[in-house]
Amino acid sequence: MTLLSAKNLIKDFGGLRAVNVDAFALPQGEIRAVIGPNGAGKTTFVSLLCGRIAPTQGAIHFEESDITRLPAHDRVALGIAYTFQITSIYPNLTLYDNVMLPAQRRASLNASNDAADRAMVALERVGLSSRAFERAGSQAYGHQRLLEVAMGLALAPKLLILDEPTQGLSEGEIETFKELIRAVAKDATVLLIEHNMNVVMALADRITVLNFGETLAEGTPEEIRGNADVQTAYLGG
Amino acid sequence: MRVDRALILHLAVIALLFAMQYVMSPYHQGNLARILVLATYATGYNILFGYTGLLSLGHALFFAAGMYGAGMTMRYWDFPAIAAFPTGIIAATALAFLIGTLALRTTGVAFMIVTLMFAQAGFLTLLYFNEYTRGDEGFVLPQADRAIGMIDLSADDTRFIAAWVIFSVGLLIALAIVRSKAGRVLIAIRENEERTRMLGFNPFPYKLGAVVVSGAFAGAAGAAYALLFGSVGASFASIQYSIEPLLFVLLGGAGVVLGPLVGSILIFYLIDYAREITTAYLIVVGVALVLLILFARKGVLGSIRRRTDGWLP
Repeated sequence: MTLLSAKNLIKDFGGLRAVNVDAFALPQGEIRAVIGPNGAGKTTFVSLLCGRIAPTQGAIHFEESDITRLPAHDRVALGIAYTFQITSIYPNLTLYDNVMLPAQRRASLNASNDAADRAMVALERVGLSSRAFERAGSQAYGHQRLLEVAMGLALAPKLLILDEPTQGLSEGEIETFKELIRAVAKDATVLLIEHNMNVVMALADRITVLNFGETLAEGTPEEIRGNADVQTAYLGG
Repeated sequence: MRVDRALILHLAVIALLFAMQYVMSPYHQGNLARILVLATYATGYNILFGYTGLLSLGHALFFAAGMYGAGMTMRYWDFPAIAAFPTGIIAATALAFLIGTLALRTTGVAFMIVTLMFAQAGFLTLLYFNEYTRGDEGFVLPQADRAIGMIDLSADDTRFIAAWVIFSVGLLIALAIVRSKAGRVLIAIRENEERTRMLGFNPFPYKLGAVVVSGAFAGAAGAAYALLFGSVGASFASIQYSIEPLLFVLLGGAGVVLGPLVGSILIFYLIDYAREITTAYLIVVGVALVLLILFARKGVLGSIRRRTDGWLP
């Protein structure tokens, strides 16, 4: 079943066509990686999907319903969570308060009272529960990235969009992160923008390659590895 | 049961304020009544500025709406004080809803300017309809009308108790708001609005709620001011009365529930003592603010909170 799809999705910034994707379909349960050279429009593309920016043209469907005009906060209620490329947390609040907010949002959606439990579970999953009452801003960069992921997890999303989650993480942290995403993918679909090819090849079921805002190729990691167009785009032709 | 030390602290402050009337001279009792009314105003303003991070320069409009809502209905329609007071609050709340809806289309500096412009427009409107509002020289509510049943609100002791009741109710409401789930969202909006939106919260209704609540507090304070001190005038809609709650909040501690009370007391007495020394008393206030910015940017209670691992709400 297709969880999310986009048709003829176009975003223009002035005269620049940043995104021009004819067709994109993400089946439920998949881990999909979006890769491409710098400036290929990856972040713009996922920002259109999660509603941070509005498309110039095109349509986006999530679970059969048209969400093209739906504001970002309502898409979150449907089950689309987004984690920022540039770490976006509440530095002055504790880790617990950081995850409490999405947990509270989730609990209000299914009228349950388990926000506090949900918050702690999210911190446990990323291995930060022992630091729950420390200030988020005083944490190491890698921990802030993981906190950002925990905030997404606390929403219990159907689709988790991660924008370069491993950027700046150490080798050890990346291994933990890969385990985490595999666990998350058991009950959620994951859309991942990623530069680290080792992470992409290890995690992705399928890969979409963007170049100059358009889909250059799409396929399994093996297919993408052997694709001549992709090699040209990355290495320069 | 876990000891709710924050609630205990606030109740203790309320009790202490009540006890002050037995040890203070009538002069200081009158001062404290005035301070408590202004502190109520600033406590509401703190929810908007200190907790939600929205800097309004136009709250004098809501203060004046409360004052005129109570004063005009008493003067022209012979409302008793007990009906005039809620009328003032309703007038200010409705106006805050209207202006909030419009002004929140902007953010940051534009929000400051838009709120300032609305307040100036309100101030000039009061002067324009001078025939009815007596905006320029103000009007005095007759002492006989300033009473609820047998309780004379113009007498020193009952006036103090009335001010104390209004402030106490306001303080406890503010405490409940900032510790609620909605209060957590307000703080989140202050800290990182875009992040909060991407966690599924639409910031607009929360920000509008903060404007309306702070407008209601301002209206309650304005109406109380009219009833307790008897004067109504356009000067209360001037920029000075928009800046005052900001100063109280900054000095006492933005984003601390008790901050506005501390700020109100300090600035009131600072001005009071400076006046005895010099006619240029505002210089003293200016110096105090410069010192604040240099040495205690988070205000008196904000600085204390940092040393007490943040449990002070």
